[in-house]
Amino acid sequence: MIELTELTKRYGRDSRGHLAVDHVSFTARPGRVTGFLGPNGAGKSTSLRILTGLTPPTSGTATILGRRYRDLPNPGREVGVLLDASAQHVGRTGREILRVAAQTMRLPGGRVQEMLDLVGLTEAESARRVRDYSLGMRQRLGLAAALLGDPAVLVLDEPANGLDPAGIRWMRDLLRDYARRGGTVLLSSHLLHEIEVVADDIVVIGQGRIVAGGTKEELLADERTFVRATDSVALAAALLADGHSTEPVADGLCTDADLATTGQVAHRARLPLVELRRADGAGLEEMFLRLTADTQRETTHPTSGEGAAA
Amino acid sequence: MTTSTISPASARPGVGDVYSDRPAPSTIGFDRVVGVELRKMFDTRSGWWLMAAVVILSVLASGAVMLWGSDAGVHYSDFGQAVGIPMAVILPVIAILSVTSEWSQRTGLATFTLVPHRGRVIAAKLVDVVAVGVLGMLVAFAIGALGTVLAGAAHGVTPTWDVGLDQFASIIVGNVLGVLVGFTIGVLLRNSAGALVTYLVYAYVLAGVTFALAAAQTWFADLEPWIDFNLTQGNLFTGFPDTGEAWAQLGVSGLIWLVLPLAFGLVRVGRAEVK
Ligand SMILES: Nc1ncnc2c1ncn2[C@@H]1O[C@H](COP(=O)(O)OP(=O)(O)OP(=O)(O)O)[C@@H](O)[C@H]1O
Ligand SMILES: [Mg+2]
Repeated sequence: MIELTELTKRYGRDSRGHLAVDHVSFTARPGRVTGFLGPNGAGKSTSLRILTGLTPPTSGTATILGRRYRDLPNPGREVGVLLDASAQHVGRTGREILRVAAQTMRLPGGRVQEMLDLVGLTEAESARRVRDYSLGMRQRLGLAAALLGDPAVLVLDEPANGLDPAGIRWMRDLLRDYARRGGTVLLSSHLLHEIEVVADDIVVIGQGRIVAGGTKEELLADERTFVRATDSVALAAALLADGHSTEPVADGLCTDADLATTGQVAHRARLPLVELRRADGAGLEEMFLRLTADTQRETTHPTSGEGAAA
Repeated sequence: MTTSTISPASARPGVGDVYSDRPAPSTIGFDRVVGVELRKMFDTRSGWWLMAAVVILSVLASGAVMLWGSDAGVHYSDFGQAVGIPMAVILPVIAILSVTSEWSQRTGLATFTLVPHRGRVIAAKLVDVVAVGVLGMLVAFAIGALGTVLAGAAHGVTPTWDVGLDQFASIIVGNVLGVLVGFTIGVLLRNSAGALVTYLVYAYVLAGVTFALAAAQTWFADLEPWIDFNLTQGNLFTGFPDTGEAWAQLGVSGLIWLVLPLAFGLVRVGRAEVK
């Protein structure tokens, strides 16, 4: 169980300082994967750093299993944290990094090998220095470190970063299985799809504020219809003439007409359809795109390019 | 206020509770943190070479004395002094890097999430660098003694063992204080390159400047022993202070250059963001 209550972080001293996190409150529950979704610079990493005691908040509280992070007697045994897989001494071997962590947490030595096996790092790879690790290998090592103490709670910042498709699939299964056994998983991402496929609950943050939250079903539910035709403009006109509202979404349209009506309108207008389905998720996607666009417009520094590459 | 409402985890079929009601683990003891931090001083390639450098430089210094030392007999003090010079550089560097690598190499993210009490981690590092400092000096002295014996045998003379126990002790204390200066600079700057340069400037450039100033200005020459820690610390290499005033000067200058900056640095470490 993770609880954030009115968490606020202001960078810079005076009131004109930058509000990176603005009265953020949400709960991540045991038995569920909670996705923390937001565009670049929304405040995800800052929130997670405050949660794990690395950044002091301006106000508000964050607790894990009912305690402030710093009050956990042996945090690694209760909370697995992966905030930045590249934050390791490049001159240390992967295995040694896990050994140091295991020694700190007072774990038996065999645990290190178990975790290396779990994340698929070979004997030879584990003996290599982190300087010579690929991005995905660092990410796997970071996951191994987070899982090392068999914690009840996982806090992961963009864990899919750098993993190949098989690795992403493996991680999703691992997290889902983890939650099924009663664990609490909080993971962040700036990719809607990433969150959509793995999360049970979704919290959306934009410019430091929570803008939406709920179960995935609630957030994705959309009674409207998504339709794609070879000639979108003509189809929009036809739907409009029939008294339905339309809105362009991605390369198609969202309309409040139901599936059958939409099909009939297209048929009467002699417009061939490419796709016709319930608009589930389109609402969230729209909102997220709007959020991303807003941020991009208001950001003076070039943060927009980074996300797409990651 | 922005609050999200998330419905509670419904009793889904197949949901386990492996993690509920587990007993809280016991606290991580200080001795464990000391052990882990000591390990981290050795387990990187650069760390290992720094430790090896203690031995290598002592051997080189002893060798230099054997080759180019004075012909007037073989004195252990020559060897003791020679091995002490590289130690005065290398041991503080070890101390600096033990602190700054947490920030410069960003290992702090892992360190401070596993042990969220930064003061405890820094205190453990302090114990370790002092221990390494003392042990490093003992190793250097031992290598110097070996050099003395070898030089005596080579020249066919009986070596003179002209370093007393109290002088050993004062040299070790002097070096440990140097280690603490490095440690303090590390805690203050939390950046490897910056701290290394600052230490070198402090120990060599500043020492030169105060020496020149004291030679030119009598008022500064009188004041210097109270405020120049380089001077009071350096005096320890020839023995402990022999007057109460000299002790007081060591204390006052140490307060200015060591205790106050370290306290200030520790407060800032506690508040700093780790990222
Ligand atoms: N030390 C700092 N000083 C000033 N501003 C900061 C500082 N740290 C973070 N910020 C700002 O806080 C905001 C939130 O940053 P954060 O890293 O939390 O975003 P994020 O949601 O993790 O983004 P991304 O998806 O790109 O990782 C950004 O605008 C960032 O520039
Ligand atoms: Mg981030």
